Amino acid sequence: MAEVLVVVENGIKKVTLEMLTIARGLGEVSAVVFGEADTAKLGEYGAAKVYVASGDDVEGYLVAPKAAVLAGLVREKQPAAVLLASTQEGKEIAGRLAVKLDNGLLTDAVEVAADGTATQVVFAGSGIVKSKVTRGLPIVTIRPNSVTPSPAPADAAVSSLDVTVSDSDKLTKVVERVVEQKGSRPELTEASIVVSGGRGVGNADNFKLVEELADLLGGAVGASRAAVDSGYYPHQFQVGQTGKTVSPQLYVALGISGAIQHRAGMQTSKTIVAVNKDAEAPIFELADYGVVGDLFKVVPQAADEIRKRK
Amino acid sequence: MNIVVLVKQVPDSGAERTLSPSDNTVERASANNVINEMDEYAIEEALKIKEAHGGEVTVLTMGPAGATESIRKALSMGPDKAVHISDDALHGSCAVATSKVLAAALGTLNADLVLCGAESTDGRVQVMPHMLAERLGIAALTGARKLTVDGTQLTAERQTDEGYEVVTAATPAVVSVWDTINEPRYPSFKGIMAAKKKPVQALSLADLGIAGDEVGTAGATSAVVEFSKRPPRSAGAKVTDEGDGGTQLVTYLATEKFV
Ligand SMILES: Cc1cc2nc3c(=O)[nH]c(=O)nc-3n(C[C@H](O)[C@H](O)[C@H](O)COP(=O)(O)OP(=O)(O)OC[C@H]3O[C@@H](n4cnc5c(N)ncnc54)[C@H](O)[C@@H]3O)c2cc1C
Ligand SMILES: Nc1ncnc2c1ncn2[C@@H]1O[C@H](COP(=O)(O)O)[C@@H](O)[C@H]1O
Repeated sequence: MAEVLVVVENGIKKVTLEMLTIARGLGEVSAVVFGEADTAKLGEYGAAKVYVASGDDVEGYLVAPKAAVLAGLVREKQPAAVLLASTQEGKEIAGRLAVKLDNGLLTDAVEVAADGTATQVVFAGSGIVKSKVTRGLPIVTIRPNSVTPSPAPADAAVSSLDVTVSDSDKLTKVVERVVEQKGSRPELTEASIVVSGGRGVGNADNFKLVEELADLLGGAVGASRAAVDSGYYPHQFQVGQTGKTVSPQLYVALGISGAIQHRAGMQTSKTIVAVNKDAEAPIFELADYGVVGDLFKVVPQAADEIRKRK
Repeated sequence: MNIVVLVKQVPDSGAERTLSPSDNTVERASANNVINEMDEYAIEEALKIKEAHGGEVTVLTMGPAGATESIRKALSMGPDKAVHISDDALHGSCAVATSKVLAAALGTLNADLVLCGAESTDGRVQVMPHMLAERLGIAALTGARKLTVDGTQLTAERQTDEGYEVVTAATPAVVSVWDTINEPRYPSFKGIMAAKKKPVQALSLADLGIAGDEVGTAGATSAVVEFSKRPPRSAGAKVTDEGDGGTQLVTYLATEKFV
């Protein structure tokens, strides 16, 4: 059985385990790690092999060295497919790899069939497309929260890759990595519950209310563009067309009208709940449960009720 | 500094979008087409750099004849000229082929700096800047929310999920920008009038030395085999808060096993 390469996200995220789960349906799973990763965990989810490439030559520069190492590995192993995460970095590595190999690529897949056909959700979640790479092997990026990861123990035999990176792959240096406020909350795109606030939240201080509900539910915090543009919450938490696409089990929209560009980032959520004082707000058209009311009354009461039930 | 801004015309994301049933490519003919929003931020950044450091700003678009409308709109913001790559054979081009064409055109333009949007709203692939850098053998600084130009040295703050990274490179380079980088200007009346007279150079595939079967549907590296509309979500229960809205909400969440 041919190998399937799974490019591991920094620090093994949930999407990594999802990719390993999908990869098992395509061939024998080999994980590719840049830097360090918990190999035991990769084995637990089915990696028979783990290739590791580390050192400043791969980690000190922006994506190009990773694509170079990966291209070398693909040429050597001739895998059945390469899976990467549909994150900024995952897509960028995939793009470079596709050019290096003169090969097709598919981004934002939620499913990959045994023959490499990928299912993608397009146009703000309004359409579903099945696509195939028609030149070369399937290079596919997988959207977080697409499948439920399941364990399937394998060997995880580790081998380190020889890293020879040319100067042309070292043109963009990463001089600093800054973590801006990473609390205990799950990451937005991977969270199974997301609580988002919009312009209706009113100001940055009031976002504490959104955070409180998120924490009580064990979820991540998101924001509409209007909330981000008004400075209520940082841009990396924006949900929607020009922000993150989320697909949690539960999405709670507080003071969000439900503009098409916001829906673009959340309408594939399993369950949608909305609180809005305007009964005509379009968000109610897609909410499984809606409360027409003032969020400053409804949310604190809901928070109290959750505390009571705990 | 010689700056080229990549501008793509896309169907308006505020309206319904679809694939054309005949060949499963993005339906552009009947759509309301606009400048890809993120590219307006790239244009603004280019103009700012020109204002601070001098130079020339060229808009580069690959797209059907109708894309001239978006090119004029881009020019009305202030760039000096434009290059429009248009050829019937380009219809249905995949990202890999598009990067081949844009890279060939960039090869003739001698840019110190190529600015583009972080992603386009139709494909949302986010791959073009790195594909171009790969083909041209130049640096890529992507996802910038801040860009500093100091002579030939570029420093960008690259937005990440956790915060940001500071990345540096020397020109020539491709830089892609997010909508947090600046506030695009509105075209002035003068700008709109001036744009009508600005030179727009037309380029065909033959001009770039690319064969028709290397691009378009013929040369595509991937294909859509099936397209369907997702059934629209339907509205569920809606209650009006009469003092117990919060409690009712939690009762619902409990029934659904979220609390
Ligand atoms: C190209 C493009 C890309 C875009 N990308 C995005 C994107 O990625 N993400 C995104 O979110 N938007 C995006 N937008 C913007 C989008 O069109 C909307 O403007 C935005 O989503 C509105 O945010 P909002 O719902 O928070 O604000 P509003 O539309 O102003 O809605 C606020 C809502 O809060 C309610 N409200 C007010 N006070 C209360 C209260 N006390 N209690 C309860 N409810 C209250 C109001 O009834 C109203 O419905 C984009 C737009 C364009 C053109
Ligand atoms: N056909 C095109 N013509 C000009 N610029 C393009 C084209 N396609 C993509 N781009 C540029 O590349 C950026 C990223 O696009 P994408 O990788 O398609 O998400 C866009 O914001 C544009 O600036």
